[in-house]
Amino acid sequence: MSFPFFPASGSAMATQVDRLFLFLVALTIVVHLIVFGPMIFFLFKYRESKKVDRSPLKFSTLKVELVWIIIPLILVMAVFAWGSHLYVNLQEPPKEAIEVNVVGKQWMWKIQHPEGNREINELHVPVGSVVKLVMTSQDVIHSFFLPVFRIKQDVLPGRYTTEWFQATKVGSYHLFCAEYCGTMHSHMIGRVHVMEPKDYEDWLREGEPTEPLVQSGQKLFQELGCSGCHSMQSQFHAPLLEGIFGRPVPLEEGRMVMADEKYIRDSILLPQLQIAAGYPNIMPSFEGRLSEEEIFQLVAYIKNLSPKKAKSGKGKP
Amino acid sequence: MNAAQEFNFSIEATKNYLNVNYSVKSWLFTRDHKRIGLLYLFSIIFFFFIAAMAAALMRLELLTPEGDLVLADTYNKLFTIHGVLMVWFFLIPSIPATLGNFVIPLMLGARDVAFPRINLLSWYLFIFGGGVTLYSIIIGGVDTGWTFYTPYSSAYSNSYVVMMVVGVFVAGFSSILTGLNFIVTIHKMRAPGLTWMRLPLFIWSMYATSLILVLATPVLAITLFLIALERLWQVGIFNPALGGDPILFQHLFWFYSHPAVYIMILPGMGVVSELIACFSRKQIFGYTFVAFSSLAIAVLGFLVWGHHMFVSGQSVYAGMIFSLLSFLVAIPSAVKVFNWTATLYRGSISLKTPMIYALGFIGLFTLGGMTGIFLATLGVDVHVTDTYFVIAHFHYIMVGGMVLAFMGGLHYWWPKITGRLYPEKMGQLSALITFIGFNLTFFPQFIAGYLGMPRRYHAYAAEFQIYNVLSTAGASILGVGYVLPIFYFLWSLWFGKKASMNPWDARGLEWQTASPPSQYNFEQTPIVTEQTHAYPLLTSEKTLRKVMHVR
Ligand code: HEM
Ligand SMILES: [Cu+2]
Repeated sequence: MSFPFFPASGSAMATQVDRLFLFLVALTIVVHLIVFGPMIFFLFKYRESKKVDRSPLKFSTLKVELVWIIIPLILVMAVFAWGSHLYVNLQEPPKEAIEVNVVGKQWMWKIQHPEGNREINELHVPVGSVVKLVMTSQDVIHSFFLPVFRIKQDVLPGRYTTEWFQATKVGSYHLFCAEYCGTMHSHMIGRVHVMEPKDYEDWLREGEPTEPLVQSGQKLFQELGCSGCHSMQSQFHAPLLEGIFGRPVPLEEGRMVMADEKYIRDSILLPQLQIAAGYPNIMPSFEGRLSEEEIFQLVAYIKNLSPKKAKSGKGKP
Repeated sequence: MNAAQEFNFSIEATKNYLNVNYSVKSWLFTRDHKRIGLLYLFSIIFFFFIAAMAAALMRLELLTPEGDLVLADTYNKLFTIHGVLMVWFFLIPSIPATLGNFVIPLMLGARDVAFPRINLLSWYLFIFGGGVTLYSIIIGGVDTGWTFYTPYSSAYSNSYVVMMVVGVFVAGFSSILTGLNFIVTIHKMRAPGLTWMRLPLFIWSMYATSLILVLATPVLAITLFLIALERLWQVGIFNPALGGDPILFQHLFWFYSHPAVYIMILPGMGVVSELIACFSRKQIFGYTFVAFSSLAIAVLGFLVWGHHMFVSGQSVYAGMIFSLLSFLVAIPSAVKVFNWTATLYRGSISLKTPMIYALGFIGLFTLGGMTGIFLATLGVDVHVTDTYFVIAHFHYIMVGGMVLAFMGGLHYWWPKITGRLYPEKMGQLSALITFIGFNLTFFPQFIAGYLGMPRRYHAYAAEFQIYNVLSTAGASILGVGYVLPIFYFLWSLWFGKKASMNPWDARGLEWQTASPPSQYNFEQTPIVTEQTHAYPLLTSEKTLRKVMHVR
């Protein structure tokens, strides 16, 4: 039995979270000294058998109360700011990222790389690059937890959630499901393998011959007949999808929505929900006809139709 | 009933609430708040031990990483039983329904609670709810966890979810009725002269608790009802496959369950205030601040539910607001801890059993509270939520805090309840064992949690084993600490020294009547002329008034 004390740290973010965590540990120790130092001292000094001064207090308790309300208030506000700063970073992936798609289901993680490689309960990533996970679930809520990067995000059915990391250390680490999801919850685990970039390239190539997601998406786009409407030649009046990703889209009801992964997903499955302004409400729903993986492929294809947006922007690592 | 007959041996013929009547019927149809308090006491101890058996099995299972003692499915049912029974059938009713029922009218100088029949009804609802819940366990159990997260519970779980949800639903009505009863009692039944600023701090905390019980519990009822709707009739509420929203459930659930955490801890704070005052023979330092901090906690407690959902996919801004408010709620809790410590200053302290429990409470509650700061801190919570860090945190608050306060209060009022003194040395010993066992059980879980061990895992990665072994060892010690009092309390009923009216020389109206009290509590209604905790070593009367004046 080993005696590990601290988890391995595999990203800059992990180091930052550890720093804040250790600060909080120090704060906890200080608070305990402040509270229990005097308490233990009083317990000895003022035991009922002791002869000591027990005359009533002569100072106003109000001032004392204010001191121990205001000082902790300032302290926790500082902690709040620090913690929120990290959180905002955790939520905003840099723009230039390798996007890996993850589908959770009872009880496995199905993972798809942009190059088309698929894996189950394993996630291979190159060291040093930003990796963004776009995740959804096929059934119940799961949670994609990578302790080495100190990140965790629930994975929901019917929605996309994301998390990102930039690994700094080659190695192989735990991947857990952290949201209780049924009988085999504790077996819904895997490994994340952080590799040298060229090993990663090799790994991608070695996989069985696969087709990049964009290409699979394009095929689906034809087969399902999406291209029948969403194209220049079409008689039907449907929005062209070139360049749509990452742009605000005006809706019939007057609102604007951002065309992100979720918008595209919803447009495929629940087209009646958000009608683009100026277009008739004629798109059929593809709900039940597509697997989550296929939806990811379509989304990848549509995203690829806006090459400018996908590459622009220099996110901070 | 047996218990009543047993008392017969020891308590002499003077009529009190225990020996006015011995028939089973007189207990089952009693409207006496004291007897109802005892009915609750037996019931919650029963549920506690079933829930504890489940915990013991879980801890044995977790001795080894492989998950070889019970099947995964069984383990999942065990933690559901443990969580559901501990939360709804032990923690929430623990202090309010037992000690609260017993002492609130006594402390107020009243004959009974405002609605004695409703009080009895709420016990029956509680028992009925508990019965249905146990039945759902016997016929096969539920594997959702006490949080019932959807769509797992509403669409995927292949277990008796609806039945258990009905049990909890019914028990919820018992909470609401108890809360209403206490609010009206505290408003209407105070003895002449017992103004709000003279009330014992226990009453203040029970008042705040009752507000939460009444306002939050209906939301739980609705939420549980919606689960049943979706499960039975496929109404799309939470399951996206039916057009529902899985996050909605979490909002509803935590809108009840976060305030419920304060239902579980505020009464403990109230008891501890009584104990600290009595055993250091002083009014609590900053009485008004402590009183109002209970209300502040109750109110702010309604605004922080989203801190259970930082990684659920809610918006970043929602996360930040919930984090901010969570830090604010920490302040009134801190105020209490500082004031308790300051009360000891220039006190006259005796380390009787209840006092040891109270000091233990402060210790464990402080660590539980500080780790709450970790969880409210967004960047850190992302890593530790849904791990053993959280398990350790809430056990520190709820078990370390609430159960210690409950035990402290039970020892403190035991002479009043039974007319007998428990053996002091045994009491001190079991308090100590509990404290040590508790820390050994739950402290290692903080480390396992930060290492990344997720909760609700029936098998786990080998590197976490050492912490689980420590934890299981601690649980065995803790178990001794819980069982020991049962023996010496029973012993005291026959062999304990007879208690006088006021064995601790405590202040408060409950000590100004016989032990055990007569059926109607007081010979004549007491008249109150001073602060309830007017111990001889009062924080100077002048400063007290000054504080109250400034408010
Ligand atoms: C001997 C003492 C105890 C031990 C060893 C123990 C152990 C455990 C364990 C192993 C879990 C499951 C953690 C997980 O897998 O997620 C758990 C959960 C829990 N415990 Fe305890 N526990 C003890 C006492 C208590 C007490 C006294 C209470 C309440 C008063 C309590 C309340 C809870 C709750 C609410 C949960 C959450 C259940 C859930 O995850 O759904 N525990 N406990
Ligand atoms: Cu899962």
